[in-house]
Amino acid sequence: MRNLWIFISKYNAFFFFIVCFIISIALVVRNNSYQRSGVFNSANHFIGETYSRINKAQRYLRLAEVNDSLAKENALLRQELKMSFFDDSVAEQTIKDTVSRQQYTYIVARVVNNSIHLKNNYITINRGKRHGIQNGMGVIGPSGVVGIVKDVSEDYATIYSLLHGDTKISASITESQAFGSLVWGEENTNPRLAVLQDIPNHIAIKTGQHVVTSGYSTLFPAGLPVGRILRTRERGGESFPEIEVRLETDFATLQYVYVIKNLFGPEKENLEKLSKKDG
Amino acid sequence: MGRTIITNIIRFAALIFIQTFLLKNMGFYNLSIPFPYILFIMLLPFETPNWLLFLLAILTGLTVDSFYDTVGVNAAACSMLALVRVIFINVTVERQGFENEPEPRLGIMGFRWFFIYTVVLTLFHHLTLILLESFGFFDIKYVLIRFLFSSLFTIFLIIISEFIFFRKKER
Repeated sequence: MRNLWIFISKYNAFFFFIVCFIISIALVVRNNSYQRSGVFNSANHFIGETYSRINKAQRYLRLAEVNDSLAKENALLRQELKMSFFDDSVAEQTIKDTVSRQQYTYIVARVVNNSIHLKNNYITINRGKRHGIQNGMGVIGPSGVVGIVKDVSEDYATIYSLLHGDTKISASITESQAFGSLVWGEENTNPRLAVLQDIPNHIAIKTGQHVVTSGYSTLFPAGLPVGRILRTRERGGESFPEIEVRLETDFATLQYVYVIKNLFGPEKENLEKLSKKDG
Repeated sequence: MGRTIITNIIRFAALIFIQTFLLKNMGFYNLSIPFPYILFIMLLPFETPNWLLFLLAILTGLTVDSFYDTVGVNAAACSMLALVRVIFINVTVERQGFENEPEPRLGIMGFRWFFIYTVVLTLFHHLTLILLESFGFFDIKYVLIRFLFSSLFTIFLIIISEFIFFRKKER
């Protein structure tokens, strides 16, 4: 005790300083709203920073689930689009308002396997028979047409990618309403380009015109984006020019696709079968 | 003894008056704010006991604070000033010399000693003051500029006033 007293009195200036300084700081913090908020802020700042860092890490872990839910929501929204409804207004002549029935539904699927550099490219998705997928259904991505379902297993399905030699999609040019079929392969193997065939020579074609699905096939609703016209090549002696189309869908980064279910598809096909029988 | 007390009371009153009524309205772009009232603590006699020194320091600080509406800021800075003063005098002045040299004044201690004394004490005081005022290092550039210019202004004022009340060594 005595030693302590000697120590304190030897360095009394320092202890006086400590006492005075603490009193002053206490006064500052107690009486000054700015500094008080500063104290609480820096405390909060530290804690808040920690929380936000942890949250950031957690968010990363949940990225997959979030993606799934967003894709699901997109599919739902697509079903609500006007494009997905069958226009029944002809039958309901007395009522001016169009009464709509669902024609297309969308099944969301994740791409589990994909290729773009082969001659014939296929896509595998994680949805199959169990989820209501049948072969021959159309498949679209977030920005445009992707392909057609080829084979279906219990849980998976393979898709003829648009980048496949046998894939043919009925497409039309929005500006001129001319329609033809979109193919890939043969001379063209660039995964971002496809060729629009069977557009007659007399139709004026300009770069940048939109190519959309025609709706003549049962696979895709009309008006889905496919791409934009990049350039035209006249071929000597042929009545159809070769039109190169820049595809909207980037197949290299494809993550989620939607399989289109046409509820009126069988009806239309049966009807058209009749006319074929006659012919 | 009685004369020293009266001198210091007058000095205290004069410095506080100048500080709060004249210099409070001065300042360059809120960057350079002089606090020459610390001269009072700096000029207390060598023989002042530490407890009295700290008491006077914190009282002076609180007085200025109450005029500046910054409760505690100047008091903290002044207690820091007192600590630095004790250390500085312990290091530079020999104990035996106290009888002849009652106060740390320019005329008695010489220009070089007094100048260094002023600079060191002012820098410590202003650093504490301005850091407490801004309470953090959020705007470090502004704080540093304010600290430097205010210190320059204060040092200038203190040295000038010491030359005005110059008193040659009485031997």
